[in-house]
Amino acid sequence: MKTRNQILTALMMGCAALAITPASAKNTIRWASQGDALTSDPHAANESPTHSASRKVYDVLYYNNKNMKLTPWLATGFKLKDSTTWEFSLRKGVKFHDGTPFTAEDVKFSIERAQSPTSDLKGDISSIKEVKIIGPHTVQIITKEPNPILTNQLTNVFIMSKAWSEKNKVTKPQDRAGKEETYAVRHAMGTGPFKLKLREPDIKTVLVKNTEWWGLKDYPHEVDEIIYTPIANPATRVAALLSGELDFILDPPLQDLNRIKNTPGLQLKQTAQVRTIFLGMNQGRPELLASNVKGKNPLADQRVRQAMYQAINIDAIKKKVMRGYSVPAGIITPPAVHGYTEELNKRRPYDLAASKKLLAAAGYPDGFSIQLDCPNNRYINDEGICQAVVGMLGKIGIKVSLSAIPKTIHFPKIKNRETDFYMLGWGVSTLDSHYVFNYLVKSADKGWNGTGFKDDAINDLIGKIEKEVDFPKRDAMIAMVWKKMKNNVNYLPLHHQVIVWAMNDKIDVPIVADDGVRFIYTKFKK
Amino acid sequence: MAVMVVVAFVAFLMFNFVGDPVDNMVGQEASYADREAMRDRLGLNDPFLVQFTRFAGNAVQGEFGISYRLQRPVADLISERMPATLELVMASAILAILIGIPLGVYTGIRRDALSSRLVLMFSLVGVSLPTFVIGILLIYVFAVILGVLPSFGRGEAVQLGWWSTGFLTVSGWKAIILPSITLALFQMTLILRLVRSEMLEVMRTDYIKFARARGLSDRTINFGHAFKNTLVPVITIIGLNVGSLIAFSIITETVFQWPGMGFLFIQAVGFADVPVMAAYLVLVALVFVGINLLVDILYFVVDPRLRVDRSVAMGGDE
Repeated sequence: MKTRNQILTALMMGCAALAITPASAKNTIRWASQGDALTSDPHAANESPTHSASRKVYDVLYYNNKNMKLTPWLATGFKLKDSTTWEFSLRKGVKFHDGTPFTAEDVKFSIERAQSPTSDLKGDISSIKEVKIIGPHTVQIITKEPNPILTNQLTNVFIMSKAWSEKNKVTKPQDRAGKEETYAVRHAMGTGPFKLKLREPDIKTVLVKNTEWWGLKDYPHEVDEIIYTPIANPATRVAALLSGELDFILDPPLQDLNRIKNTPGLQLKQTAQVRTIFLGMNQGRPELLASNVKGKNPLADQRVRQAMYQAINIDAIKKKVMRGYSVPAGIITPPAVHGYTEELNKRRPYDLAASKKLLAAAGYPDGFSIQLDCPNNRYINDEGICQAVVGMLGKIGIKVSLSAIPKTIHFPKIKNRETDFYMLGWGVSTLDSHYVFNYLVKSADKGWNGTGFKDDAINDLIGKIEKEVDFPKRDAMIAMVWKKMKNNVNYLPLHHQVIVWAMNDKIDVPIVADDGVRFIYTKFKK
Repeated sequence: MAVMVVVAFVAFLMFNFVGDPVDNMVGQEASYADREAMRDRLGLNDPFLVQFTRFAGNAVQGEFGISYRLQRPVADLISERMPATLELVMASAILAILIGIPLGVYTGIRRDALSSRLVLMFSLVGVSLPTFVIGILLIYVFAVILGVLPSFGRGEAVQLGWWSTGFLTVSGWKAIILPSITLALFQMTLILRLVRSEMLEVMRTDYIKFARARGLSDRTINFGHAFKNTLVPVITIIGLNVGSLIAFSIITETVFQWPGMGFLFIQAVGFADVPVMAAYLVLVALVFVGINLLVDILYFVVDPRLRVDRSVAMGGDE
């Protein structure tokens, strides 16, 4: 019976498609990128492609707009009642895709859902102690301690319908140790600009315009339908764009960019991404794990680190490895992040003679040997960059052996302190320097800061930045940490990744630094 | 059964080297404690043998757990993707046989004709070019330049019960052409060359000379006598190759974004999605075992001597 119904439905849909297609002048965008969102459950995976997909169907209280500026979204504003009580007023007249009105209940429910043990977002909003409903369109969020960046942390906390979640038994995100798939993995109920029509993970996702969306008067986009197909192979992805089967690809490979640029009817857009690539050096260990220097750690000496820095010819890497698509970095955080300045981003000059002098002064006139650990499937041309670094450090006598491995093996090495010298790239979801400090600068035994360096003054400052709600004072402390880091050469900054999007010239989708497509800004050329 | 236990065991040993799945499952913000909690929940901290026994125990009951990547039951994922792979493999196998065998017979009989030489030359391309190059080449010619066939995907699939088929829609037929040619090319040349060399051998035997002396028509000799004698090795190779078609479909599926099992497996490797990898490898082992059994049975059908020998041997035992 089920089979027969399915065939009937398929036939009917086929007929309907035939009937509709010629008459409508629908604005459809067919697009692809390397990999699909992991799930439709907006709290189950803290990963940028998944957030980008959720953002189309779900709304948030505060939104990062196309210029990465924090914009009131489902919240219309807030008042700080005291240093830990934030009172948000919520947008009125907003409806979920099934017609249920959006209220403070949904906000409380969603934040608590995002804090539950199986949620992957709980780390982002661990500062929230309680959500109180004051009225149908007013909520108070009470934080454990003063938290200056609460609104930034809410930009990925998507608001789900409480009624829908209860009805479909998805009040908690999917537990991967469980046995059943929950309803929210392939279904969605948000207030966002698009409705989820079809979801076949890894194969196809179809979204249709939410004609009732509250934001249509401010963001009158012209997209009626979005068809997304992940295409893992870069050559196939480009071929599909060239053949006109796709309108837009998020991640064209560097070697095909010229070809796309020179094809009539196609265009490229580029911008610096919110991700910086750099090298980490273990400075805390008494002796390196893989080096010919025994009994001491050459990387603990600031002069050695500076020598390595000045031996790296970043312009050559940009030109040869990145084909021009990178922005050399002086600090390990990109332009979109609060705390970044042009001044800080200035690099120390590339100077081999100075490098050699520094090495000799530190007691290593003939260099030393070291191993560089590098991912080979995570960042744009990651392995190529590492190979270039190996050659450049070789010129000042540092013999680097390269170990390029998949990210699933590389990252645990950093976090378990099993590497002396490694590549890492860091994106900043809150767009605030504190995020970088917290994970990469504050000293810790485990986790992402694999440098092992410890400076109590810096640790102290980071603790203060976390709680300071007097913004000028806070900014001064952020600047101080960056300056100290730069002088210490605790990391070797390489470049800010540049992202390039390719699309045909019938559509105009503004490129966004977090690499997440925001179709609500799309224009069609007639 | 033993084969599958060994495959599962070796596969499990290898999973220790694909990296840490937990890293992919939680965001970079997750704390060390959160990661450990996740690892405990998934049982990744248990000793190897405990993990393996748990997997084997569940697998026997058809329970393969939840995919770490897609958060859906592995059994559902595989049964959803299997039809795509099997249809592709079937189409390729038919292509390889329908083109490979006649060409093999032809080049075997007319070994010196110019046309035979051309066919053989062309077949070298099939053996020497790697699958992904052929795939990209075909995409470039037929999708980008000529614009007649799609470069990726499976077209519209129609659901028949749990089986989704691409054979009921025009877009489905169009979509399967390039991937099936890509996948079939290597097997086709293999079959062609094998049939040819077997034919050459058989044509020299006395048996064929006698047949000619009896004045039988060429057609009867070539197909009724000679070709039949080449079948045993050809069936072995075809049988084994259907297995490797399933295994090799990984590359073709990746190039064409074909939503099959091989593609699922490759994605799983990148993510260290252990439940999917384990289930896939066990399934492929099962397919190989099944095909070998089938091939052995087919021998008896095409080669009467095996049946005779068997009864003689058994008679000797008594």
